[in-house]
Amino acid sequence: MTMIFGIPLQAFLGQLLVGLINGSFYAMLSLGLAIIFGLLRVINFAHGAQYMMGAFAGFLLLSWLGINYWFALILGPVIVGLSGAVVERFALSRLYKLDHLYGLLFTFGLALVIEGGFRYFYGSSGQPYATPALLSGGVNLGFMYMPIYRGWVVVASLVVCIGTWLLIEKTKLGSYLRAATENPVLVQSFGINVPLLLTLTYALGAGLAALAGILAAPIYQVSPLMGSNLIIVVFAIVVVGGMGSIMGAIVTGYMLGILEGLTKVFYPEASNIVIFVIMAIVLLVRPAGLFGRDA
Amino acid sequence: MTELTLNKQQDLQAQRIQLGLLAVGIVALVIVPFFLYPVFLMKVLCFALFACAFNLLLGYTGLLSFGHAAFFGGASYFTAHAIKEWGFPPEAGILVGVVGAAFLGLVMGFFAIRRQGIYFAMITLALAQMFYFFCVQAPFTKGEDGLQAVPRGYFLGIVDLGQPLNMYFFVLMVFMIGIFIIWRIIHSPFGMILRSIRENENRAISLGYSVRAYKLGAFVMSAALTGLAGAVKALVFQFATLTDVAWQMSGEVILMTLLGGIGTIFGPVIGAGFVVTLQNYLAASGFPVTVVTGLIFMVCVLLFRRGIVGEFNASRLGARLGLRSKN
Repeated sequence: MTMIFGIPLQAFLGQLLVGLINGSFYAMLSLGLAIIFGLLRVINFAHGAQYMMGAFAGFLLLSWLGINYWFALILGPVIVGLSGAVVERFALSRLYKLDHLYGLLFTFGLALVIEGGFRYFYGSSGQPYATPALLSGGVNLGFMYMPIYRGWVVVASLVVCIGTWLLIEKTKLGSYLRAATENPVLVQSFGINVPLLLTLTYALGAGLAALAGILAAPIYQVSPLMGSNLIIVVFAIVVVGGMGSIMGAIVTGYMLGILEGLTKVFYPEASNIVIFVIMAIVLLVRPAGLFGRDA
Repeated sequence: MTELTLNKQQDLQAQRIQLGLLAVGIVALVIVPFFLYPVFLMKVLCFALFACAFNLLLGYTGLLSFGHAAFFGGASYFTAHAIKEWGFPPEAGILVGVVGAAFLGLVMGFFAIRRQGIYFAMITLALAQMFYFFCVQAPFTKGEDGLQAVPRGYFLGIVDLGQPLNMYFFVLMVFMIGIFIIWRIIHSPFGMILRSIRENENRAISLGYSVRAYKLGAFVMSAALTGLAGAVKALVFQFATLTDVAWQMSGEVILMTLLGGIGTIFGPVIGAGFVVTLQNYLAASGFPVTVVTGLIFMVCVLLFRRGIVGEFNASRLGARLGLRSKN
């Protein structure tokens, strides 16, 4: 058997793939956090809950209405995005004038309500969500066996991340967003509806989280608590990357996902905490984060 | 001139009323175990001290820590381990918990004070989560089972803490000592500098204060006092489990402080009493506790940021009693 660093090649590649999948979710979630933070200056603690809502949206659309995975992939983010827009309009928008910490505390409360509610109705155990027929099965790549769905998740998340990056860096709407990040008052004086832009941004971030949730549903089980532990890891990733740049959030997400996967191969006991350890090291060496501008 | 003397008289009168209220509060705490279930009251006192220690950081230094569960639960583990496995007497066990929590605070604070505001909150959360994972895996915490049947022992070798009332008065004593220490810290020159950092960090730096050292000092003190609360809680309930180190606990103490009044001495006490009572009622009803706490969180942030005591102090009655803040 081929060995690499004293580890069988297959185990190595297998964990690399797991790391890449986790990295895909980290990237999508930290991307959403970075977009929301960039414009609203709010750390969206409810991001994990919105990710969970996305997975549940897929699950409920299927079990109640028989709507399949592909439509859920569009409908789920729209539903969660709309709910996000409502939250922003009626609550978050009142907090912009205050210390940023209040936004964090508010969304923390929101996350508790959402998660508590889902747990009340669905319990703590997970609900299975079947892999769509088109993507089930796997292919033998010669050096390893690859489930098709996992490959799809990696491709889909790359497309989503690059698409969002293009949207923000290359389109007219994106240029408004970036301008409003720099100086909202000035942008408003040019006749651009900044409050609407803020609502859209929050909805976009929530929708991205929901999309990640639906993508995750067939891999992990759909459970009310799936988001809350993930979000803390994503926070650490955001600290590592620094929230200054969209691309930085994406790259850091993938990088740390893969690193976590590799830790599982070489030193499994530390795989839970490796991202936190990296965060601590980055704080020592470069407190503003790898891609961060010091705020 | 006359106005000044009048103010002075009013201040003096207000001070007397405040002292009177304090005395009434203490008497109430001494009487109340004869009417209410002591374990419930001890739980309130532990959480009240926890919230006050947390408030030292949030209310008086302006640092929002999302990782105080690590100190609270960590101290519980240390104390329970010292008493149960090493056979320490309760006072030495509590000391182990406090010192352990202070050390954890030193390490966590060392990393966290490198960033400010929101980042500080996220870093403390992440580091506390790391400690949580450590507790899940480390053998001395006994994993999901936790440390159970921790003996309460004899305080100073004389007072049997197995008796509920003895234990209550022991907890009350620790609570009052803790509050007194916090009060002393806040009203010391050190506390004044902490407040100046809260108000304007850059200005404090430009005045030549080494803000980082002060922040770290406040962080360690807050961690140690939180550890005191956690250590006593382990003694009250005679066990230490993973619940106390989980991030939900960090959220709970924020809620208690926010609800009672950030930056007031007795606000967190009221907030803790309210939240613990609420949890007791809800636990019996089967209604999801997190939904209610989450809702209270949202309402507090949107409409009620001064909290119960903060609103009272800002009211006309509060102004009469000399409680409205002078600035």
